[in-house]
Order: sequence, then C-alpha cells, then structure tokens
Amino acid sequence: MVVGMTMETFLQQLINGLSVGSLYALIAIGYTMVYGILRLINFAHGDIFMMAAYFTYFGIAVFFMPWYVTFIITIGLTMLLGITIERVAYRPLRDAPKTSLLISAIGVSFLLENVATYLFSGKPQAFPEFPLMTTPFFIGGLSFQPVSIVIPIVAFILMSALLFIINKTKIGMAMRAVAVDYDTAKLMGIKINGVISSTFAIGSALAAVGAILWCMKYPSVLPLMGVVPGLKCFIAAVIGGIGNVKGAVLGGLILGFSEVLMVAFFPALTGYRDAIAFVILIIILLFLPNGLLGKKQVEKV
Amino acid sequence: MIQKLLKHIWGWTPMLKISNLQVAYGGIEAVKGIDLEVPEGKIVTLIGANGAGKSTTLRAIVNLVKAKSGSITYHGDELLGLDTTKIVDKGITLVPEGRHVFPDLTVLENLKIGAYMRKDNLDADIQKIYGLFPRLEERSWQQAGTLSGGEQQMLAVGRAMMSRPKLLMMDEPSLGLAPLVVQGIFDIIEALNKEGMTILLIEQNANMALRVADYAYVLETGKITKAGTGRELLADDSIKEAYLGKSHRNK
Repeated sequence: MVVGMTMETFLQQLINGLSVGSLYALIAIGYTMVYGILRLINFAHGDIFMMAAYFTYFGIAVFFMPWYVTFIITIGLTMLLGITIERVAYRPLRDAPKTSLLISAIGVSFLLENVATYLFSGKPQAFPEFPLMTTPFFIGGLSFQPVSIVIPIVAFILMSALLFIINKTKIGMAMRAVAVDYDTAKLMGIKINGVISSTFAIGSALAAVGAILWCMKYPSVLPLMGVVPGLKCFIAAVIGGIGNVKGAVLGGLILGFSEVLMVAFFPALTGYRDAIAFVILIIILLFLPNGLLGKKQVEKV
Repeated sequence: MIQKLLKHIWGWTPMLKISNLQVAYGGIEAVKGIDLEVPEGKIVTLIGANGAGKSTTLRAIVNLVKAKSGSITYHGDELLGLDTTKIVDKGITLVPEGRHVFPDLTVLENLKIGAYMRKDNLDADIQKIYGLFPRLEERSWQQAGTLSGGEQQMLAVGRAMMSRPKLLMMDEPSLGLAPLVVQGIFDIIEALNKEGMTILLIEQNANMALRVADYAYVLETGKITKAGTGRELLADDSIKEAYLGKSHRNK
C-alpha cells in the first residue's frame, strides 16, 4: 500500500516535473537563440516574460476580451516588445564591446521591472482562472491538472515548429549563417538586421506562450515575477550548452525534473527549491564547461 | 594615363571603376588613393605582398569596410555608402579570403545560401556546380566544416556562382592549397570568364594570376605602382624580382 502510494505520487510528480521543465525550456530557448546570434545574454528576457503575463492579465481581467483574442494579442505585443528592445537598446551597440551590450541588457531589465512596478503597482494581481485548465481530473486514482498535460504538449509542438524553422526554412538557414559569420552572411545578400529581429520575435513569442501557460499554473502576476524564472532559464540554457536550441530544451527539462523530484522526495529541502538550479549548474560546468550539448567554443573572428 | 590607355585598348567605359579610393583602419591608411578599372568580360588581377591593401580594396567595394574617400562606380552607379546586400544584389560577389564557408551548414545548404536573394528554381545551377566540382556532389550532405581546404575553396566559388554574379571577385583563392588544386581553381576561373563572367582576382601567387589575367595592377603599401596586361607584367624585370622569385630571372 505504501509502495503503491509512492508510485502514484511519483507519477504525479513526473508529470509535474515535465510541465515545469517544458515551461523552463520555452523560456530558455529565447536566451539561447539571442546568444547564438548576438553573443549576448539578454537579461531582459525574464522581464519580457513578465510583460507578457501582464498583457494577458490586462486582456482578460481588465478589458474582458475573450481568451483566444487575448492570447493572440499578447503574443503579438510581446514579439513587438522583443523587436523594439533589440532595435533601441542593442542594435546601436552592435559594434561596441560586448560588455556595453551586456550592461544595456541589464538596464533594459531594470527599466521594464520598474516601469511595470510604476504602472501596474508592486502588488501581485490574481491571474484570471481557467477552470478548464485547473479543475483536476482523475485517472486510476491519480489526479492531474489538465494544464500540466497541456503545457508539455504545447511546448512540444512549438519546439518542433521551431526546429523545423531553423533547419528547413530559408530564414532558419539565414539565422544559422548569421550566427557564425556576419560579413559572409552579408555577402550572400542576407539582411542581418532582419534576421536578428526575427530571432528576437521568435524568442519573445515563445516567452509569451510560456508566460500564459505559467500563469495558468501559478495564477498570479507581479512586476518581479520574471526575475527568478529568467535566471533559472538562463541557467537551463547554459546547462544545455548556450547557443544550442536542443540544449536549452534539455537543460529546461533537467532543471524542471530535478526541482520537482527533489521537493517530492525530500520535503525538508523545499526551501532550497530554487538553489538546486545553481547546484546543477556548478556540477555540470565543472565537468562540461560548454554545457551538455555545447560545442567547443570557437572565437569569432 | 592608365585610364586613357585602357579606353584606347578596349574602347568602352569599364564595368567597375575605382577612383582615388582611400581606406583607413583606426588611423592606419591601408589604401592610399588608388585608381582601378575592371572592364566587362575581362579578368583583372591585383597582385601585391601581404598587407599591401589588396583585401581591403575588395572589402571596400562590397562595403564590408568603409572607404574614407573616393568613388567606386559599377556601370556608372556609385557604390560607396550602399549596404553590402544592395551591392550584392547588383550582381557583384566576393569569395572571401580563407573561404569562409558556413561550417555548420551542409554543402548543399552552402550552395543554396549563395542564392539567398534569388527566388527562382536553383536545381539547374546546383547541377552545373556539381558538374564543375564532382567532389561537392559526393559530399552534398556533409557539413562544410568537414571538407578539406581545397574542397572548401571549391564550395566557396560554387556558392558565389549561385547568385549568378556579373562580377566575381576572389580574394586569394589559391592560399594554402596544393599546386594541383590551385591549377584546378584557375582552370575554373578561366572557364567562368569564357562564359562571360567578369573577374577581379587578388593573388599573392603572382605567377598564376598574371598568366590568366587580361590586365593587372601591382599594389604596394596602399598605392598602385604598376599596371599593364598580364603578359607585360610577367615580362617586367622588377615584377619578376619582387613577386615571381629568382628562378624566373634566370630563365
């Protein structure tokens, strides 16, 4: 009986880990794509995620728009936000030292957090409930929230679409070319700025979907909600090998599973939930400095 | 003087005309006011030692480095200040020094990306390039980074051809290649030229370059010091001494 209980709990936790991991993966992809093409850690990415959550909150709870309209508008606005950030804060610094770019990213991050606090107040807002997504259902004595199943499915579909775009389409080919060599890509007639904008658009769209799903699972929005997930997903991208999309997915899943399972098996360690990401990061980087799927670093000439 | 002579010989205005081009990198003047012309349908070569400013000149033509002053016209249109992509769109392409194939892309993808601006069917062009370089067809699905230096050079040339350029510029295509491979590359250059492609070639291998060139310029520390037909320069004593090695002097 005790074993049976453990097994059930374990299965439930596995599903939970999978859904948390998929969310991390969705956000981590944004970090890894931007890094791949600009060699920049986009510190504002977690805050783009936060803004997407607010867009959805306003659409549904304030403007009473239907959820599907809100989702489309949210994704559109978030893409626009990502593109604008690149345009305003990163593009003028394209030829500047990388450190300046990094500082600019941190600046954008603080700016978004403070603008959000100013405009939306620092108080957490209740995210609208999606009963369809949160009412538990039961299979053989196991209870699941539908959202925990929907998240991995949506994430899987989006990631497959992304890999298709990167590997099979013309713009994907251009992205891979720009990621290795700006000058030669220009000689092919590739418009670098357009490719970089597309990269930001895709990364931000994934963060927007991530934010919507995140808020269905954890229904509250606040201006600093992007900080910890942002940091963890950055870590996920590094664990997987930053610059590598599959690596970001792997890193996200590893992080999600380890967090959830650690709390499930060692409830006493619940308070250390957020620390595990860093512990895994340190261990993996000690043995594989380029991450799990990362290539040996070749300096860009 | 040179320009008048050129006009006299060929009787038309050149496809590419560079006048008084100056390029500086962080205070160091790499190109100090050169004049150069490339007539349509010809092979023109620019020879000179390392650091003479040859690559800088080519990179300035496609605006990968900014020119300080001067003018570069293509069929009479000013190129200075245009985006690289716009210049490429006009039908000028550069095979960069060191090949610069995209290492993570397959051979086939590298060819396709060469035709990035084209919207028509590429199959015939790809088949043509595979006909010229059968090695590339064998390695079609291999990542370009796994190719040998010679194969990468073939790929870089093939990739440049995919945009159907009118003016093909090549930066040291023979660098680091075995003599047999170099001969192969030069045979291709001549074949492309016979089909009507105009070629501007930069070489340290002056001997090879002068043999294929209709017209040649010698660049020394940012200035053009000599110009003439390939044959004239091959026979020039000072060129022999500086660029062709002693064995030629003794012949």
